[in-house]
Amino acid sequence: MVPITTLHYLVVAAALFVLGVIGVLTRRNVVIVLMSIELILNAVNLNLVAFSRMWGNLHGQVFAIFITVDAAAEAAVGLGILISFFRNKETINVDEIDLLKW
Amino acid sequence: MFFLNHIWLIPLFPAFGAAMMFFFGRRLQKATVSAVCVGVVVLAFLFACFTVVEYTHFAHGTGRPFEKIVYTWLGSGDGHLNFVNRDGRLASFNADAGFLLDPLSCIWLLFVTGVGMVIHIYSVGYMAHEGGYYRFFGYMNLFMFTMLLLILANNYMLLFVGWEGVGLCSYLLIGFYFHRKSASNAASKAFIVNRIGDAGFILGALALSWYLGSFRFIDINAAARSGHFAIGDPVLTIAALLLFVGACGKSAQIPLYVWLPDAMEGPTPVSALIHAATMVTAGVYMVARSNAVFVLAPTAMKTVAIIGALTAVFAASIALVQNDIKRVLAYSTISQLGYMFLALGVGAFAAGVFHVFTHAFFKALLFLGSGSVIHALSGEQDMKFMGDLRRRIPTTYKTMFVGMLAIAGIPGLAGFFSKDEILWQAWSSEGGAYRILWFIGIATALMTAFYMGRLIFLTFFGQPRMSHEIEHHIHESPKSMTVPLVILAICSIFAGYLGLPHSLGGSNRFGKFLEPVFAKEAPVMEAERPAQFAAGEKEEEHTSPVEYGLMGLSVLIGLAGIMWAYSTYARAGKDYIEPICEKAPPLYTVLYNKWFVDEGYDYVFTGRRKIGKIRLGVMGAGEASSWFDANVIDGAVNDVGWVTRAVATLSTWWDKWIIDGLGVNGPAILARMMSYPARLFEWGLVQWYALVMIAGLLGFGVYYVWK
Repeated sequence: MVPITTLHYLVVAAALFVLGVIGVLTRRNVVIVLMSIELILNAVNLNLVAFSRMWGNLHGQVFAIFITVDAAAEAAVGLGILISFFRNKETINVDEIDLLKW
Repeated sequence: MFFLNHIWLIPLFPAFGAAMMFFFGRRLQKATVSAVCVGVVVLAFLFACFTVVEYTHFAHGTGRPFEKIVYTWLGSGDGHLNFVNRDGRLASFNADAGFLLDPLSCIWLLFVTGVGMVIHIYSVGYMAHEGGYYRFFGYMNLFMFTMLLLILANNYMLLFVGWEGVGLCSYLLIGFYFHRKSASNAASKAFIVNRIGDAGFILGALALSWYLGSFRFIDINAAARSGHFAIGDPVLTIAALLLFVGACGKSAQIPLYVWLPDAMEGPTPVSALIHAATMVTAGVYMVARSNAVFVLAPTAMKTVAIIGALTAVFAASIALVQNDIKRVLAYSTISQLGYMFLALGVGAFAAGVFHVFTHAFFKALLFLGSGSVIHALSGEQDMKFMGDLRRRIPTTYKTMFVGMLAIAGIPGLAGFFSKDEILWQAWSSEGGAYRILWFIGIATALMTAFYMGRLIFLTFFGQPRMSHEIEHHIHESPKSMTVPLVILAICSIFAGYLGLPHSLGGSNRFGKFLEPVFAKEAPVMEAERPAQFAAGEKEEEHTSPVEYGLMGLSVLIGLAGIMWAYSTYARAGKDYIEPICEKAPPLYTVLYNKWFVDEGYDYVFTGRRKIGKIRLGVMGAGEASSWFDANVIDGAVNDVGWVTRAVATLSTWWDKWIIDGLGVNGPAILARMMSYPARLFEWGLVQWYALVMIAGLLGFGVYYVWK
């Protein structure tokens, strides 16, 4: 058995982060994009908790709580934007939100 | 002293006559009009005689002036102007209704009232058949009133009132036959030309009064003789010249003489009184009155003398060929006035005044005589249609012959003494500086004798050239006309003896009487005495043989002129031709047309003449300068305005296209142009923006890892 070091946690967090970024960049559905953003935030949370275990203090965990709160607020706002956008455009396809262009 | 204290009555007598005519004249009978108007002038004459007698007692030969102030007319009253004039005295600008009697005004008073009286008597006969009888006598009396005001005034302002008044009466009387256009034109011409002179007079009088501190003659004479003012003082010279301009207007000298010949449109007594004996002498009177000032202005004196001499010869030349009997006499008057000014100008004031005195008599005689001739010929005035009248109107002929001898300067008659005195003074004054003027004077004397002889011989000698109806009606004038002629003829003979000079054994009473007026004791003249002594020509003390020689010469000239005229005209038949016309027609044309002076004035001053559209003369110069102002000057101004607007337009274009276009909008356009490619990146897709962000982040990361 290989011992599970901090590195493993960091790799997993990085993988989750990359998956989240890809999701933000490539998905058409706005809801999925929002879920991907959550994924990114959670990856960062995992990273912070790993470092907290590594350093032996609770700094990382406290910051993770902050981020979670922040993520919740952001999700609420994001969904609000989504709903408003849907009311205007009748679609949740991100490709069709291109009004701010030349 | 009764008469002296009531001297103000003298002008009032004829004023009363004029007022009567003004209010009641229309309703009065001719006899009443004659009685009133002639009566007041006779009263004035008698009063004047007594006044002069009283004056001689008053003055006892010292010639001190008698002044009677009736009331203050223009006064500064108690609120005195605090004007201190040059010799430190307080100046009071008062003009009173005041009367001054000194030897000069005595002489004028006597002959004005005397000749006036004679002419009024004559007019009773002459105007007996004319309409407007009361109007005529009213105006004549008004004239006497204003003339007497002029003579007796003690200050320039009252003199000016009289001056204007005689001008007005001249206008009224010249235009007496006002329904004749030529007469009313002549009247207007007289008044207007006179007025030009008056402008000069009033400027001169005011300048003089301002400079010397008073209007009154006594003050002015005292100031001028006080020695405070240098000879040749510029203000006094200008004032004297301006006064002389006034005299030119009133006394018909060059260039303001043109009214006098046309003034013959008036009735003959008017010509006699106003334009021969009295009004035209007002200018001479005024210059003589201002002699103290003129003496301090040698330039002005020279001007007076030169213009007098030139006028004399100029007018005489015109008189040589005129056909109207009154025109000849008019030009003769102008010429003789020229003599008077010549005398005043060379400093011989007494001689000039003496000539005025004698001239009044014989010129009035000649005019009244010509009136008698015209009356006899039922209105014919042209000498071409007269002739052989000497047996038909003998009294007129004899008296006019006397008048002719007098004016020609034949010894024994008045004109000889006065004219000769002037010529002698012209020869000898200031050591002979005026010899050329003497020469002009002697040439004029020759011409005078000639044209007067011509007048007499054409009128009274030769073949009768008038039409038959007129010839049948020839009759001698009534006594009211012939008696004045005789009186004047007697005066023409004997008046001269009053001024009989030393050289002929007389005592020159006239000159002595006037001496105080002309102030030989003044320091100015004192300076001249040594010079005159040195030159040996002090005229009062001893007589030189030159004087006798000149006297003889002038007598010869006078006789020669008359003889020449006799040989030319005494046998003139119906178709006589003027000798000048035969020998030198262009000269005749020039002289006959009065040297074209009237036409010249018409072209230069009246502005009636145009060449095409361009107006000539002074008015034309005015129009030309107004054209210049409107077109050239205003055109320049307008052009400057146009230039300003063009520059503004240019500036606007520059501002709009270059500054705003390139400077302001340029970068904007540039920015916009550059934004085109940049805009291509703005698709509006959020995920694309996120991708670009991630790419940038990765770039940074790679950069730092490789570092």
